[in-house]
Amino acid sequence: MAEIAGATRDRDAAASADADPAREKHKRRRDVLSVLVRARAEELDGALRALDLAPEFEVLRAPEFGLAMTRGRIGGGGAPFNLGEVTVTRTVVRLASGEVGYGHILGRDRKRAHLVALFDALWQSEATRAVVEDRLLASVAARTAEEDRHVRVKTAATRVNFFTMVRGED
Amino acid sequence: MADALGGGFKDPVFASQAVFRRLLDALSRPGRVVEMPQLVAPPPPLKPAAAAVLAALADADTPVFLDKVLNASGEVRGWVGFHIGAPIVVVPARALFAVIADPAVMPPLSEFGLGTEQYPDRSTTLVVQVAGFSRGRSLWLSGPGIEDVAGVQVEGLPERLVEEFRANRALFPRGVDLVLAAPSAILGLPRSTRIMGEA
Amino acid sequence: MYVAVKGGEAAIANAHRLLAEKRRGDKNVPSLTVTQILEQLSLAVDRVMSEGSLYDRRLAALAIKQARGDLVEAIFLVRAYRTTLPRFGTSRPIETGGMLVERRISATFKDLPGGQLLGPTFDYTHRLLDPALEEDDAVEEAARAEDPGSEAMPRVTDLLGQAGLIEPDPEGEDEPSDLTREPLSFPADRDLRLQALARGDEGFLLALGYSTQRGFARSHPFAAEIRMGEVDVEIDVPGLDFPVPLGRIKVTECQMVNQFKGSAEAPPQFTRGYGLIFGHAERKAMAMALCDRALRARELGEDQTAAAQDEEFVLSHADNVQATGFVEHLKLPHYVDFQAELELLRRLRAEFEAGRGPAKDGQEDREAAE
Repeated sequence: MAEIAGATRDRDAAASADADPAREKHKRRRDVLSVLVRARAEELDGALRALDLAPEFEVLRAPEFGLAMTRGRIGGGGAPFNLGEVTVTRTVVRLASGEVGYGHILGRDRKRAHLVALFDALWQSEATRAVVEDRLLASVAARTAEEDRHVRVKTAATRVNFFTMVRGED
Repeated sequence: MADALGGGFKDPVFASQAVFRRLLDALSRPGRVVEMPQLVAPPPPLKPAAAAVLAALADADTPVFLDKVLNASGEVRGWVGFHIGAPIVVVPARALFAVIADPAVMPPLSEFGLGTEQYPDRSTTLVVQVAGFSRGRSLWLSGPGIEDVAGVQVEGLPERLVEEFRANRALFPRGVDLVLAAPSAILGLPRSTRIMGEA
Repeated sequence: MYVAVKGGEAAIANAHRLLAEKRRGDKNVPSLTVTQILEQLSLAVDRVMSEGSLYDRRLAALAIKQARGDLVEAIFLVRAYRTTLPRFGTSRPIETGGMLVERRISATFKDLPGGQLLGPTFDYTHRLLDPALEEDDAVEEAARAEDPGSEAMPRVTDLLGQAGLIEPDPEGEDEPSDLTREPLSFPADRDLRLQALARGDEGFLLALGYSTQRGFARSHPFAAEIRMGEVDVEIDVPGLDFPVPLGRIKVTECQMVNQFKGSAEAPPQFTRGYGLIFGHAERKAMAMALCDRALRARELGEDQTAAAQDEEFVLSHADNVQATGFVEHLKLPHYVDFQAELELLRRLRAEFEAGRGPAKDGQEDREAAE
C-alpha cells in the first residue's frame, strides 16, 4: 500500500515537472471558464457586439440539454456519494482558426452555452485573448465578486457571539 | 468533416429520434432493409449508418466495444468519446453496445454480454458493418415479425457469423441482438430470429 | 392481475380543462409568474429540487405552479422531466469546505473559527403572523457588516477531528452506487443510503429523526455544524484534461455528532451522522443526519431495535414519488379485481351459510369449545 502510494507520488512529481506549462494553461482556462459560466447572456452578447467580433465558427456539438450527477462526500470530506442531478446545457464550437471552445453551463439556456463556448475559443486565440480578458472577463469577474461580497457582508451582519452563563465559576 | 470532433448529429434530439424510429422498424421487422439518412459523418473506417445507430443508443452510461480495426483508429475513438461520451471497453462481455467494422476477425458472439435468465436485456447489442444488402450471401429468415419467411442478401457477412448466430438463437431468452449496417441502410437480426438456411 | 379499461376520453379531457381553470383561479387576480414563485417561495422551490433530485430552480418553480402548490405532485413532475434527459457525466465531489457561506451555526462550539452566522433564519422569530405581508410594503434592506474576506471556513468536524475525539470521514474513492441506475438492494452501503435519504421525503425523514430522539434508536445527537451556501460544481468532459466548472449550486449541510461508547476495535469517541441537501433545507438536512446515524447501527455494532435503524424499512419508504404512486394507484379502476374478490366472498358466504344451516347449533358449540 505504502509502495503504491509512493509510486503514485513519484509519478505525479515527474508529471508535474514535465507538464507544468500545460497544467498552468489548464488552470488559467479553468479560471476563465469559471468566470464565463457566471456571465449573463446579455453580458456575453453585449461583449460580442461591442467588440465587433464576428468570428467564423462551426458548431461541433449542437447545444443540448442534459444532466450531470452531482456528488458529495460522506461527512463532507470522505468517500463520494451521489447527491442528485443538475440540469446542464452543453455545446462545442470550433473557430475557423482552429480553437475549440466548450460551453458547459448549469441550467437550460442554449444561447448562453453557445456564447460561453464562443468566448472560450476566442480566449484561446492569441489574436483575441487580450480583448476578451479586458472587455468581458474583467467586468464579469468584478460583478460576481461584488455579488459575493454582498452575500458576505450581509451574512457577517448576522454574526452572533453566544455567552454561556456560568454559575459557580472560580 | 471526418475528424474526431466534427461530424456529429446536427440536431441531437430529432436526429436520434429519427434513428431510433428506424431501429424500431428494423428490429421489429427482421430482414427488412431500412434506409438510414446521412445524419453523421464519422471518421473511417466507421460508417455513417453504424455510427448513427451508436450515437442514438449509446451514452456515458453504456460501455462500448470497438473491434480491432476501429480501436486502432485514434480518430474513431476520439469521435466516440467526444460525440457519444461512452466509455470504451476492451472486454466484449462488458459492453452494452459493440461496433464491428471487420466481421471476419471479430470475437465470437458467445464472448459478448449474453444477459442472464433474470435479466436477458443485459446483453450486448452488436452493430456489424457489412458492405450492402443488394448482393452477396442469401439467407432465409423466420421468427417474430416475419410472416412465413423473409429472404435477404448480405454482402460481407462471414459464414462463421451465421453459424454463431444460430448458436445464439439456442440461448433464448439470453443472447445478443445484431444490427447489420451497410453504409446507408440497416437490417435487424434480433436474437428471436432464426436463420433457416442459405438460399 | 391487471385488466385494461377503455373509455372516458371526453370526461378525462374535460376534467383536465376543469383542472386548468381551477389552477388559474379567479381571473381577476393576476396570474402568478414562475419568477415570482422562484423569488418568493424559494424554500418550496428548494424542497421540490431536493426531493425531485434535480437541481433546476426554474423547473421546480414551474412544477409548483403546474401542481397548484401540491409539492409531491410538483416533485413527480420534476422526476418525470429528468427521465427525458441524457446524462452527460458526473461531477467532481462538491467541496462544502469552500462554500460561500450564507448561514453557519454550531450547537457544540460557541467560539468556532469564522464565527456563528445566523443568516436568513426563522429561528428566534416569534412565529406571529404578520398582517403587514398582506400589503406589498417595501422591505428594509439587510444590514451589512465589514467584509470578513473570502477565506474558506473550516468544517467543525475537521477541527474536532484533529484531536482524535471524533471519527474521521470514511475514506475511499470507489465509484459510488447509484440508485437511479441500479435498483435498491440490501444490505445497502452508506453511499447508497445517503443518496436515498437526500432525495427522500422531508416529512418521512423528519418523523424518523424525531423517533430517534424520543428513544427509538437513541443516539444523543448534537448539531456540530449546519451550513448553507453556494458551492462550485465541476465535471469531467471528454476531450478536456481538466475539470470544467459549470457554475454554482446552493446546498445545506448538517454534521451531527453522537456519543459512542466504543467497541473492541474503536476507542470511545464521537460518531457522526451526515446530511447534505440541495438548496436551503435545514430541517431536512438535520433529519437526514439523524437517519444516517441511526442506519449505521449494523456497522457500529449497536442493537437494531427501531424503525429508523432498519435500512430496508427506511430506504424502501423514503421516496415520496414511489409512495404516492402506490398509495394513489388504489383509486384507479380495480373493477375486475374487485369483481373477483366479490365472487370469492359470495362463494365463501354461501358455504358458510350452508354449513351453518342444519348443524347450526352444534357448530357454534364447537367453536365456543375451541
